[in-house]
Amino acid sequence: MTDKTLNVGGTVALPKPEFDLLLADLRKNGYQTVGPHMQDESIVYTTIDGLKDLPRGILSDQNPASYRMIQTGRDRYFDFIPANQSWKQFLFPPRHTLFSAVKEGKWQFKENDEPAPRFALIGVRACELAAIHIQDKIFLREDFNDPIYRLRREGLFILAVNCLDPDATCFCVSMGTGPRLGAGFDLCVTELDEVFLVEVGSELGRALLADRTFDLPSAFVQNTASQAMERAAQSMGRVMDTSDLPDLLTDHLDADRWNDVSKRCLSCANCTMVCPTCFCWDATDQVDILGKSTRRERVWDSCFNPNYSYVVGGNTRPNIRSRYRQWLTHKLGAWKVQFNVLGCVGCGRCITWCPAGIDITEEISAIRAEVKS
Amino acid sequence: MTTTQINTGAHSAGYPDKLLLPQWAEIVKSIPEAEGVTTFQFKFTDPDVQNRYRFEPGQFNMLYVPGYGEAAISMSSDLETAGGLLVHTIRHIGNVSRATSRLKVGDVVGIRGPFGTSWPMETIEGMDVVIACGGIGLPPLRGAIYRIIRNREKYGKITLLYGARTPKDLMFPTEYETWQKAGFDMQVTVDRGDENWTGRVGVVPMWFYHFRVDPHKTAVLTCGPEIMMRFVIYEALARRIPPEHIYVSLERNMKCGQGACGHCQQGPYFICKDGPVFPFSALDKIFNVEEY
Repeated sequence: MTDKTLNVGGTVALPKPEFDLLLADLRKNGYQTVGPHMQDESIVYTTIDGLKDLPRGILSDQNPASYRMIQTGRDRYFDFIPANQSWKQFLFPPRHTLFSAVKEGKWQFKENDEPAPRFALIGVRACELAAIHIQDKIFLREDFNDPIYRLRREGLFILAVNCLDPDATCFCVSMGTGPRLGAGFDLCVTELDEVFLVEVGSELGRALLADRTFDLPSAFVQNTASQAMERAAQSMGRVMDTSDLPDLLTDHLDADRWNDVSKRCLSCANCTMVCPTCFCWDATDQVDILGKSTRRERVWDSCFNPNYSYVVGGNTRPNIRSRYRQWLTHKLGAWKVQFNVLGCVGCGRCITWCPAGIDITEEISAIRAEVKS
Repeated sequence: MTTTQINTGAHSAGYPDKLLLPQWAEIVKSIPEAEGVTTFQFKFTDPDVQNRYRFEPGQFNMLYVPGYGEAAISMSSDLETAGGLLVHTIRHIGNVSRATSRLKVGDVVGIRGPFGTSWPMETIEGMDVVIACGGIGLPPLRGAIYRIIRNREKYGKITLLYGARTPKDLMFPTEYETWQKAGFDMQVTVDRGDENWTGRVGVVPMWFYHFRVDPHKTAVLTCGPEIMMRFVIYEALARRIPPEHIYVSLERNMKCGQGACGHCQQGPYFICKDGPVFPFSALDKIFNVEEY
């Protein structure tokens, strides 16, 4: 049975080899296809051409301060969860030239007129899509509209993937962001052994599939997929109670737990770099040695960097205690006041990539226990 | 939240569609103010920007020195008093502000702004005003002082408490006579006098002991070191001045001025956008939290 009139909301069955045609179509339409790829024993998001670049038969085993690849030999491409870095790097580049200034007599500006790349993100998880929606609220506001982010966001194609095998660090169910995709994608894939089920989420997604004919998924296949998704929702590695946030944190800035965590935290900023919602940035001048020309760049910054809160005469947060407290009380506290959403999606990256294995869910529980005792 | 209103065209210097790209402004005049402090008068290179640019006292600009970067600096005058020129008084103490010490008339800097909230000049009409400032905290208040003098009948008794480290560090000393003639009760104090100093020695908050306030019709505007402001607030509250009438100008590391880069956060606020001027009623939960 084939479907000639594919609508938004409809689902088709895509034989796995045909996935490459989909990516080829995206490139033909001017997109740079970026997705998961195994590199240096971890999964990164980078330019991919097709299935051959995807991490076939790979599971990631993530725990506090631990990230290991497991070869399963299965014919699966999206079993790993999640990649080491988030998609943030494509919408909010880690380093971006804003403009240059050249002194020829007087100083002159030269703008950066490089066109924004158009990315097709291949394999966006529910928590990661939620993170993009949170960053939309930060970068695309009424009183601040980030031109770098906006151009990349407007040109974006999102091919999402439903998670079937959450990791030990995952807690998207607690944050209400996953594991099943809701809305906001162009296409959404659920991967089974023999096929990809592809759900159409937007007109853009529909248009991409319009020129091809597809089989409709059998009832058996659809049933298998929804059972797998239900299992995924019940196999979260971690739980975080959000019922008393943000007040739990903002009302207890003097909790003893801040002292405790400050002895373990190295203030290395890893958590903020891998976090898909952390948005802080710095602007720096890259100046030539004669002082005749300079390039002004925007770079990622972190509230864990000592210079972050530097003012003349001192540093607002000279200690790790105050920096960790700032990070957590912002992400799960002040963030809610600022953007009407909490700043955590439950992806678990900060737990995996913390060299000291500090677990955000454990810290929240510990503060709650302390406050209630 | 309730803060003072900004009634200027937002960010008239700079480009809404080009992140951090400033407008060039030329130094028209440079006045050595005190040891390590210079007042600069600027004119935008682009006449359209020069005509369009407006701000309210208490707001700030991001000043860009090519090769060094940007610093948040308050305006230290108003356009009416400065004949339409933009005036900044800069203490040469940080990376960027030290670079400005080498600038001469005719040199250009980049400017983005104005940013932030302003002193509540309309809200406090009809009230007595205590202006309590220390060191480089006076320049951000000078625009408010000019505004009061120009509309003297709209305000009640004005007390200016100003402290500096030494007599050499006092800013704008030639103007004190004019301010006194406008009916200001001027209380100037230094931490350490010199052989010629006949005035007072001590810190700013203690001068609250020397006068009576009517708490129901008094507003406090304070700007200076955080420790000084903390005790000014303490003394004002002790005299039953309501927290919503105590206005505080805060300082934090700032990179964008638009509540975007994250640096200036304190609790729920982006100081650059929700401040720098806050009524103390908006700060009571966060102001005294150590290292917050």
